[in-house]
Amino acid sequence: MTLTTPANSPDTRIGAVSDTPEAPIGEVDPRIDTRHGTESQWQLIRRRFAKHRLAVISLWVLALFVFVALFAGFVAPNDPGDVKARYTYAPPQALHFIDRADDGWAIRPYVYGYSVEIEPEALRRTFVIDEDKKIYLSFFKRSWEYKLFGLIPTDIHLLGPERNRDPFYLFGADRLGRDMFSRLVYGTQISLSVGLVGVIMSLVLGVIIGGAAGYFGGWFDAVTQRAIEFLRSLPTIPLWMGLAAAMPSDWSPLQTYFAITLILSFLGWTELARVVRGRFLALNGEDYVAAARYDGCSHLRVILRHMVPAFTSHIITAASLAVPAMILAETALSFLGLGLQAPVISWGVLLQEAQNIRTLATAPWLLLPGAAIVIAVLAMNFIGDGLRDAADPYAK
Amino acid sequence: MKDTVLEVRGLSVAFPHRKGETVAISDVSFDLKLGETTCFVGESGSGKSVTARAVLNIVEPAVIKSGAINLVDVAAGQRVELSGLDPDGAEIRAVRGARIAMIFQEPMSSLSPVHTIGQQIIEAILLHQDVTPAEARAKAIDALRAVQIADPEAAIDKYPFEYSGGMRQRAMIAMALGCEPDILIADEPTTALDVTTQAEILKLLKGLQDSRDMAVMFITHDMGVVAEIADHVVVMLHGAVVETGPVDQVFHAPAHAYTRKLLKASMGLDEAPHGRGTPASDEVLIETQGLSLAFPSKKKLLRKLSGGVQALEDVSIALRRGEILGIVGESGSGKTTLARVLMGRFQPQQGRAVYHLRDGGTKDLTDRASFRDGQVYREMRMIFQDPYGSLNPRMTVEQIIGEPLLVGGLLKGAALRKRVGELLERVGLPASAMERYPHAFSGGQRQRIGIARAIALDPRVIIADEATSALDGSIRAQILDLLLDLRDELDLAILFIAHDIGVVRYFCDRVAVMHRGRVVETGPAVQICDAPQAPYTQRLISAVPIPDPRKRHLVA
Repeated sequence: MTLTTPANSPDTRIGAVSDTPEAPIGEVDPRIDTRHGTESQWQLIRRRFAKHRLAVISLWVLALFVFVALFAGFVAPNDPGDVKARYTYAPPQALHFIDRADDGWAIRPYVYGYSVEIEPEALRRTFVIDEDKKIYLSFFKRSWEYKLFGLIPTDIHLLGPERNRDPFYLFGADRLGRDMFSRLVYGTQISLSVGLVGVIMSLVLGVIIGGAAGYFGGWFDAVTQRAIEFLRSLPTIPLWMGLAAAMPSDWSPLQTYFAITLILSFLGWTELARVVRGRFLALNGEDYVAAARYDGCSHLRVILRHMVPAFTSHIITAASLAVPAMILAETALSFLGLGLQAPVISWGVLLQEAQNIRTLATAPWLLLPGAAIVIAVLAMNFIGDGLRDAADPYAK
Repeated sequence: MKDTVLEVRGLSVAFPHRKGETVAISDVSFDLKLGETTCFVGESGSGKSVTARAVLNIVEPAVIKSGAINLVDVAAGQRVELSGLDPDGAEIRAVRGARIAMIFQEPMSSLSPVHTIGQQIIEAILLHQDVTPAEARAKAIDALRAVQIADPEAAIDKYPFEYSGGMRQRAMIAMALGCEPDILIADEPTTALDVTTQAEILKLLKGLQDSRDMAVMFITHDMGVVAEIADHVVVMLHGAVVETGPVDQVFHAPAHAYTRKLLKASMGLDEAPHGRGTPASDEVLIETQGLSLAFPSKKKLLRKLSGGVQALEDVSIALRRGEILGIVGESGSGKTTLARVLMGRFQPQQGRAVYHLRDGGTKDLTDRASFRDGQVYREMRMIFQDPYGSLNPRMTVEQIIGEPLLVGGLLKGAALRKRVGELLERVGLPASAMERYPHAFSGGQRQRIGIARAIALDPRVIIADEATSALDGSIRAQILDLLLDLRDELDLAILFIAHDIGVVRYFCDRVAVMHRGRVVETGPAVQICDAPQAPYTQRLISAVPIPDPRKRHLVA
């Protein structure tokens, strides 16, 4: 086959004069940070995310929280439900690593013990850190039994007093002499999982409903949009109160836990549905989606191969910003006494203890779960921000 | 001898970043004279706009590295050096708008949509002149009258969305002229406009310049526009001035190779046509008769139904085997709607459109069901306008080009890879390009990828909707030549939708001219372009700028 015909002699071609050809391949689109042009979407997202330093630090903080939640029994030195009336409102002990003695020093973790004094006027017991009593600690200590991941029975803990009877209260003790640190660790487990499970449930609802509304449009879209607007106009706390009141009081803590996550995701899906619908609408107008249809792709292939990859990163972003909102909602509910109830431990349940101003004055460490909430929510928001900036490496 | 009003000497601008800086323009020198138009030409990225902004000292985030910009007040005999002024200071702000005014390419986004045209013009006048609001309003009405907006007393209280594109650009000019500046900087002011509107705006600018004795700095990439209006030409390449001189000298005795290349790629009506005068075959592939399509206005809650838009009216065309049929028209003429009807996107209310399959059968293109088995899409392929939006950024080039072959179940694995490599080489890209993602390619290269995807299924028809209008001149020419080669090699019929008459004359065999949904004239490309019959076609053709300053016809 010849490339030219007599009618098109090459010398009269205007394109033929260009002595400088087009930019060589690999001359990059300046909007995109690319090195070789062979990076996939996820590689580009990862590189952009890595530039967001606060988000990367937050990712490590969150990883620590997740580790603590997964290995709660291993991290917690004491049984979170273990009541020790002797140590009511015992203050936090500082952890020391360098043991100075008269004949030199050694690396050996220890805390100081308590001595009890009675205030003469109030006849109240107060604890004083007694620097004469050293309680030595050891790593991978065997003490109380628990089940790792709820399956493997074991009794190994990260850190514990050498003698199991000695007090070891890193974050102090509560009204019943329970270890705040261990309770916080177990609370992490419940609070994080409420957030995650709630978001996963709202994600499923949101993606299916929002996706159908965006792809098919028409009356289904109109109905879901009005429903979303209605749900979002409801005042949340009274609604939660109503739903929580409707929960049978004889439900087990586990049933309440699932009911609470269900209530939270019942309202949480609306935001995600809007994100998904918006992405579908925007992508439907893209030329490359039209090109895929002309290439002969089925509806399912157009959606799964050409549209979904374009917004998975957006969904992950929206979800990562929804988790802290879930955690805060659970905390608020439990703090008001409407959500999870003892003996289940969550950050909100722990904060219930801090409702009384007078106890706060004597035992301010009861507010530590609040600090955990702030750190976790901030970290997740920073991660969400970093993801949002990195989510669309092709944005103009 | 005209008076020099602006002297730029050795101007350099750079974008600083963490690892050094990127030079945007370096060592640019030129003069602007009162009553003269100086055109800046060059392809995108050559630094034309940065130069214009540097004159106003609004180059942020870049910085002016060196050079002098002397603004001369001819009447007072004073000189002001602009490049050394604080970009946010009072002195430079007194110059902007008052001594030097600027108009932009996109009149919609450079006008505020929430203020009336009048408010925006009056604000500019009040900022720079010591007049009462009532006087400013009178001046604004005068300015609107000067730019030939009908009934300026009423038009002044309208919002930008009530204006057409051409009227908005006129309003922008009125705003720029409100303070009677010495220098008007026009940054691609007609690029977004239709060719007939462009001709009117050019005529208006020239008339205003003559009556007010302004210096005009006109930035464009269109050599035809340059030839029509320029007194002086500055040719820029990669941020440097490669040639400067009077317009006749630049066009008829260009000194620099790049200027010659720009001129050669400019595609005026003088270009030797490459279409065939007679059809290669009588076999008709696509045939439409009396297609009509009206878009009803959308029913909205609590709104009355208003009249719809008649997008197509009684459109009859025929595309023969191996033929390149151009569909020409201004924006809103229905040419893209026609393409979408043929691709099954819209269903017309009246008329018929038939595609004759390779195996002899026919498909009714007005019926959505005809597209369901995909046979039409295998033989009739599409090339899109936007080289950035038409390739999925999340797929490699191999996946993009291979998609139709894979989905059709024709090839897979190593055979698919081999075929994609062949296709890439056929469109002038190395086979190794298949591992990369679209973001590694320039606009012209992406359009080549789009062409490779279109020819992957060995089609008979390609519908190219403004396939070259997003590309720079020389790259556009290369893409057109590639399509010409492919047409000969694969015996393709191409339905080429375009608004650029020069391209159509160069590229097409036959042309159908559309206006307000109707086909007003059909015929061989050369005949339509050189001897148009229908009055609308005559108007359209006569509005096309010719890239030769000796053949000026628009603003004479």
